[in-house]
Amino acid sequence: MTMFKDVLETVRMIEKERLDIRTITMGISLLDCIDSSGEKSRQRIYDKITHLAENLVKEGERIETELGIPIVHKRISVTPISLIAGSSSDLNYVEYAKILDAAAATVGVNFIGGFSALVPKGFTKGDRILIDSIPEALATTNNVCSSVNLGSSKSGINMDAVKRIGEVIKETAYLTRDADSIGCAKFVAFANAVEDNPFMAGAFHGIGEAESVLNVGVSGPGVVKRALERSQDASFGEMAEIIKKAAFKITRAGHLVGTTVAERLNVPFGILDLSLAPTPEVGDSVARILEEMGLEHCGTHGTTAALAMLNDAVKKGGIMASTSVGGFSGAFIPVSEDEGMIEAVECGALTFDKLEAMTSVCSVGIDMVAIPGDTPATTISAIIADEAAIGVINNKTTGVRLIPVYGKDVGESAEFGGLLGHAPIMAVNKNDSSIFINRGGHIPAPIHSFKN
Amino acid sequence: MRAVVTVIGKDRTGIIYNVSKILAENNVNIEDISQTIMDDFFTMIMLVNLDNMSIDFNVLKNELEKIAETIGMSIRIQHEDLFNAMHTI
Repeated sequence: MTMFKDVLETVRMIEKERLDIRTITMGISLLDCIDSSGEKSRQRIYDKITHLAENLVKEGERIETELGIPIVHKRISVTPISLIAGSSSDLNYVEYAKILDAAAATVGVNFIGGFSALVPKGFTKGDRILIDSIPEALATTNNVCSSVNLGSSKSGINMDAVKRIGEVIKETAYLTRDADSIGCAKFVAFANAVEDNPFMAGAFHGIGEAESVLNVGVSGPGVVKRALERSQDASFGEMAEIIKKAAFKITRAGHLVGTTVAERLNVPFGILDLSLAPTPEVGDSVARILEEMGLEHCGTHGTTAALAMLNDAVKKGGIMASTSVGGFSGAFIPVSEDEGMIEAVECGALTFDKLEAMTSVCSVGIDMVAIPGDTPATTISAIIADEAAIGVINNKTTGVRLIPVYGKDVGESAEFGGLLGHAPIMAVNKNDSSIFINRGGHIPAPIHSFKN
Repeated sequence: MRAVVTVIGKDRTGIIYNVSKILAENNVNIEDISQTIMDDFFTMIMLVNLDNMSIDFNVLKNELEKIAETIGMSIRIQHEDLFNAMHTI
């Protein structure tokens, strides 16, 4: 029998420290749904998703009961729709988003990701139509998530896409202005997007992936924080060790859930993403882990170093625990979804520029940040360009999920509700970037030696 | 297949009786049992075998939750796999 204290530790992690499996995400290839008729293609998409994911929610809930560990979300990711819709003669892909929304509703998942385009080097006809369709697609669907990969370390940054995405975000904000521009919370602009990410809003099923897989995203910032709380005098080396051990246990739980669900659904197990994903609930915050290390508030000097160590230790603990680690695997720092981040912004400790610095050492990027509604599209594009540059130069994924909240300004806050939380509106630099962004073209791929 | 039953709460008479009664009624065999008082809380962990269980896992779980409410304790039943995965290499 497992040791007495081990059983109690697991029970405590689940009951008191909010250990959960954040998501089980079924990746589904739609490549065989391509058709020159948009209508036929959409019917195939609906049929395939509702057939393959028919039992996803049911099996997820069953395993939740048997193991006694919450699985918060059951989700689906699909092949980027620009690749599927491109061969149709349609001039607008909103109907594709609607069919994804309908399929998601039928199988009972709460998000479906993959209304996406991959354009690091250039656009196809389908990419352009998809990007133009994003604002309306996000405004007219509930559960569809969208992403565009516009840069990579191999091919540089597509600055035409960067420019266009700034406008797309503004249009989406306007179309969903009645709900604090919430449409923007369902869109991510990536550099070096990963093809097996289970987390929304950026999940899509990459073209190198199998027919159908089951990916898992674990969480557990509360577990890491409580482990550090119990070791107040630990040195950095000791803290790294504590984080690694916690990450190991969290990952093992995720691996078990993933392999069990995959087996029962008769699909291969894909990857386990061991990111620390916060929620707005107290006790589920990444910012509070950094503060536990001895920072008065997240965002003060030292925060980048603390986050770098946390991110690295999480990866090391997780990689030991599972051979199927993938996705982002690190720490997420979404502002509106993290109670500690929200407070740090509200008290002035965390600024936009510090957040950008933090993104150079952890997973993802400028995530769930509300900015003034009158921020020019070119400024949003410039923020995306900065983040993409951090990712492309450092060989890591970076994403931007910005919400220019229509009609609101610094000092106010946006209310999204649920997991998306509420976001204090952060000030951005008022100086103009438009001449820079309007140049268009392509930032060449970076050199991969002479690293200094 | 085996599961771990965890019972935590304020000590009182009849805890083991109440829990093991439900297990016995549903043909669930107790293979190991250990208990202690931690911070004034009665804490018991049972390893049970579900191979010959006469009801569905979900129903057993509900029955245990019902009795937990009656005797004012927290009772959980979880597959053994989770603990083995998290605490063994």
